[in-house]
Amino acid sequence: MGIVRASMAGTVWKFLVNEGDKVEVGQDVVILESMKMEIPIVTETAGTVTRIIATEGDFINVDDELLEIN
Amino acid sequence: MEKNRHQHYVESAIKGGHEKYHEKNASQGKLFVRERLALLFDNDLEVEDGLFANVLDGELPADGVVTGIGKINGRTVCVMANDSTVKAGSWGSRTVEKIIRIQETADKLGVPLLYLVDSAGARITDQLEMFPGRRGAGRIFYNQIKLSGRVPQICLLFGPSAAGGAYIPAFCDIVVMVEGNASMYLGSPRMAEMVIGEKVDLETMGGAKMHCSTSGCGDVLAKTEQEAIEYARKYLSYFPDSYKQKPDIIGPKIPATFEKSLQEIIPENQNVPFNMYDLINQIIDEESFCEVKKLFAAEIITGLARINGQSVGIIANQPRVKGGVLFADSADKAAKFISLCDAFHIPLIFLADVPGFMIGSQVEKMGIIRHGAKMIYAMSEATVPKITVIVRKAYGAGLYAMAGPAFEPDVCIALTGAQIAVMGPEAAVNAVYANKIAQLPKDQQAAFVQEKRDEYREDIDIYRLASELIIDEVIEPNNLRAVLEKRLEAYKSKEIKFSERKHGVSPV
Repeated sequence: MGIVRASMAGTVWKFLVNEGDKVEVGQDVVILESMKMEIPIVTETAGTVTRIIATEGDFINVDDELLEIN
Repeated sequence: MEKNRHQHYVESAIKGGHEKYHEKNASQGKLFVRERLALLFDNDLEVEDGLFANVLDGELPADGVVTGIGKINGRTVCVMANDSTVKAGSWGSRTVEKIIRIQETADKLGVPLLYLVDSAGARITDQLEMFPGRRGAGRIFYNQIKLSGRVPQICLLFGPSAAGGAYIPAFCDIVVMVEGNASMYLGSPRMAEMVIGEKVDLETMGGAKMHCSTSGCGDVLAKTEQEAIEYARKYLSYFPDSYKQKPDIIGPKIPATFEKSLQEIIPENQNVPFNMYDLINQIIDEESFCEVKKLFAAEIITGLARINGQSVGIIANQPRVKGGVLFADSADKAAKFISLCDAFHIPLIFLADVPGFMIGSQVEKMGIIRHGAKMIYAMSEATVPKITVIVRKAYGAGLYAMAGPAFEPDVCIALTGAQIAVMGPEAAVNAVYANKIAQLPKDQQAAFVQEKRDEYREDIDIYRLASELIIDEVIEPNNLRAVLEKRLEAYKSKEIKFSERKHGVSPV
């Protein structure tokens, strides 16, 4: 199991995957917005998205959990 | 009889430690020290000193370290290499003396020095002879610091580098660590548990992956010893033997060809990420990139490369990682790399696409200001040719850190569409008109914000900055390689002194 976490503080702009989607290592799964920039977050785990943890629009801190992959 | 004695001594010194330690090494995927040296050099180790160190002891062949001279790509290089089959590569007094002497030799010859480290640290039983004195272990580090910037110093970490020994990598220009075997730590996991009650395994506390991605004490993570050695041979090719020379021009090549042009890969929208590696690969000689600290603070890319055969150091923001925003770690990473290149006459190319330094209480507590100061300090002090390219944007102190016009780059080039400003249009309009926007009826706010953003964009139009001579040249992205080639050629004779004084007081 892998948890995808925020690389920096900002807000969750949009999820690029839904629960149940299959993902590959290195795939962009979430885009954060921080410092006026779009920040793509990649997964380091391959598998299926089992849970979307954060909500679009949430303010998040570095290392906050975004989604879970199994 | 005497002949047999001599042969016996030579053979046992070359053989290293007991067979069972060779087997243990092999089971861990480690090569014997002499195999490492055979791979490292063009024709093996050619000159060896102190083979007979501690020969009368019988149990400590060469006193656990091999020192000598060999050739890498035809160039003379000094080496010290721990033999982990001899008391786990630990240091006795003669081990230390041999290391000190090869450091002195590298200095006298003005040639690079490689440290092949695989050592458990000091032999406590010998501490009085090897630890505290004038030519004790401390002198190794003192010499490293004296050699720093005089000759390249490279550490290949094949095993542990424990306690005081961990400072050998710390004072090298670059540290290559082999995944799974290399480690650096001041106190072992056992000691951590005894002294501070922390339960942690070696890999988590001081493993290669951790150091190359989190602490920044390691620069390059290699999968195997062979890969580490190959990296060191390539890395050295970008450097001169010492600060007294300039790097060689090696095999000018054209860049690799790619499907998309630079114009096509750089998004117009400043806020949308793109992969800076795609740009770097289009401006450098094919396959010439030799990256440093790839896994650490990836929001800034630092690496050696060649343009028309000439060594260059590239410092580039990576918009794909953390938006290319500068953090404490990214500033540290860049500061050391800039200083490394400047020491050995390697021109610097800054590729700026930076929204600025990170803000917020978390980074302030980490001292982002003093870390950022290190980068700006190192960049200012650098007297090699400095070429600044504003790829898309340089906002706030990001412009300063990336060698903006005030920091005497030899040229500040902007690509068409680039923006230089205190902050981006969105943030600026918000900062200046927040109250006014709030007072406007909701249905008028969006139009007002758009109008002000457009005005702001006009105000920071890149041709306006060129007209004011703030930047020196605006170019089409697809011409970047050709422009860099000509500029590098033009600045070859640059020789300046930064500031007359004993030395500056650098931020740390």
